Amino acid sequence: MIDPSSTASRHQSTRRRHPYWPLIPAVLWMLAFFLLPLLLVFAISFASRGLYGGVRWAFSLTNYAMLIDPLYLGIYGRSLLLASAATFICLLIGYPLAYFIARAPARWQGVWLLLVIIPFWTNFLVRTYAWMFILRTEGLLNTVLLNVGMIRAPIEILYTDWAVLIGLVYGYLPFMVLPLYAAIERLNRSVVEAAWDLYANGWSVFWRVIFPLTKSGVIAGCLLVFIPTIGAYITPDLLGGAKTMMVGNLIQHEYLVIRDWPFGSAISFVLMALVVLGVLMYFKRGVFEDVEERR
Amino acid sequence: MGTASVEVRDLVKYHGVTLAVDRCSFSIQPGEFFSLIGPSGSGKTTTLRLLAGFEQPDHGEILIEGRSMQSIAPNHRPVNLVFQNYALFPHLTVFKNVAFGLEMRHVTKSEVKSRVEAALDMVRLRDKSDRFPSQLSGGEQQRVALARALVNRPAVVLLDEPLGALDQQLRQDMRIELKAIQEQVGLTFICVTHHQEEALTMSDRVAVMNRGRILQIGSPREMYESPRSAFVANFVGTSNQLTGRVDEVNAAVCRIHASGLPTIVARYQATLTVGMPITLTLRPERLDLSRDPHESGFDNRVPARIEKAIYNGSDMHYWLRLSDQVLWTARVVNGGDQKGFTVGESIYVRWNAGDGVALTE
Repeated sequence: MIDPSSTASRHQSTRRRHPYWPLIPAVLWMLAFFLLPLLLVFAISFASRGLYGGVRWAFSLTNYAMLIDPLYLGIYGRSLLLASAATFICLLIGYPLAYFIARAPARWQGVWLLLVIIPFWTNFLVRTYAWMFILRTEGLLNTVLLNVGMIRAPIEILYTDWAVLIGLVYGYLPFMVLPLYAAIERLNRSVVEAAWDLYANGWSVFWRVIFPLTKSGVIAGCLLVFIPTIGAYITPDLLGGAKTMMVGNLIQHEYLVIRDWPFGSAISFVLMALVVLGVLMYFKRGVFEDVEERR
Repeated sequence: MGTASVEVRDLVKYHGVTLAVDRCSFSIQPGEFFSLIGPSGSGKTTTLRLLAGFEQPDHGEILIEGRSMQSIAPNHRPVNLVFQNYALFPHLTVFKNVAFGLEMRHVTKSEVKSRVEAALDMVRLRDKSDRFPSQLSGGEQQRVALARALVNRPAVVLLDEPLGALDQQLRQDMRIELKAIQEQVGLTFICVTHHQEEALTMSDRVAVMNRGRILQIGSPREMYESPRSAFVANFVGTSNQLTGRVDEVNAAVCRIHASGLPTIVARYQATLTVGMPITLTLRPERLDLSRDPHESGFDNRVPARIEKAIYNGSDMHYWLRLSDQVLWTARVVNGGDQKGFTVGESIYVRWNAGDGVALTE
């Protein structure tokens, strides 16, 4: 294994050469607009709901106790499932796409990457509305399928978990493709050839060499898709309708409809804690150190 | 000898519209150390990649141990390539790198262990088997790459500029070590390099390539002493050149007329006829420099002026002006007591007929 002391000291010596003061704007911004509100939410999560929706400052743990209610656990479970499925599908679609782009001739790579990013030029809300038109009973998808003769009656997709899943995959695929592209593009082609030369077939070349060497991109892509999808709000709200609620909708509901800020805060906090825990687990498994070592 | 280890017939490969390999043929015996040398873009690396199977020839065929390699993928060829920048698997330890080929062929665990350890012993890296490539020096990485190929006991080991990424001193040591290892394992080695000196030291035979074509194949001595073209004479070692016309030909030597110089006697290779334009090539270390106009014992004697003198430690390096068009170099061994020549001095350059070769191309 690598000698940890030597890398640590090397990191330190490079860090010491750079002054810290350019970080001041970022630190001030994060303190004022991230850490402070976060602490506020944390504090509110231990308070209780006032009679007319205000916050009553009396310490209690009831908000957290309420989360064990099967109703809420179900919503947590659905969020986890939908986010995991969306992440996995994004990986399945995104890896081959990223591989294709990274191995395309240099002048084409820019074109393909641009096409991946182009959806960002339109507002996310507008794009999600567009999906409603595609997925609804008299929508584009059903019309085409009916006319082609693949189905006899329109299928109900809109306002189901499937619609949410489609919307999530659509919305977050670029976040999977970009880090994967970066990792695959960095991959040394001759290492792949070496595996091939050493009797590895296509399957082994991929699983023994290409995939392990692009794992940093896989992890980055999965985090970038999983974290926003588990807290997604617009997509389940528009495509999932009233039946399919995810944590994001629950929080919105508690804050703005029921006006139970303390409970909404508790949900937010648990969600954040779960995400942080998940990320930490990756670190714990040494995936990151592993990847660092290979560079 | 039985079947050739490698037989290449009429190999042609286009890269787009450029002809990368142009009708190359050669045959390599088992256990031979064969080098392809040439300037960059001469087609030597393409030839190696065709042998490894990473590229498919447009014409011609490759036989390895008598078996045609037509449409056989790299993972099914009995060859292993030592890549130019080693291409070690950065995520695997030294041991796992070397074991890769054996594991892919489902060799039993205990055999993998013993063979990998033997291979690492051979390259003196047994104690580094748990390291990752990034923790090794360039020379150590090079040896891991070599072990990773040798451990599979392939019919042919291909080496792409094997010493190219090492510093000067290490190159010197490694070329001797590489040759010793090759002799020890007895495998056929095909090495691509643009470093002619390296090729001469290590190889049993050398092929010089230029613009996709093989110009000459032969032992290092043949290539150096009897180049068949000016290109080979210049690429293998350095050489002085002189263009002139054939004045007279007899069984052993020819007489050359070059404007502004006395008649020169030299040996020749191809059939010559009187009046033919030829190029004389001559090695810098074969020239004898003298101040004495009467001293005899050489076949040729041409007056010259020292234009530049460089002290090189082991030898002196002189630039000699023979005529307006002709500038030669000479290397004179530093014998210690000798008094060197000074710039501007008029001297005589002398050599024997056998030291110069008259070439028609």
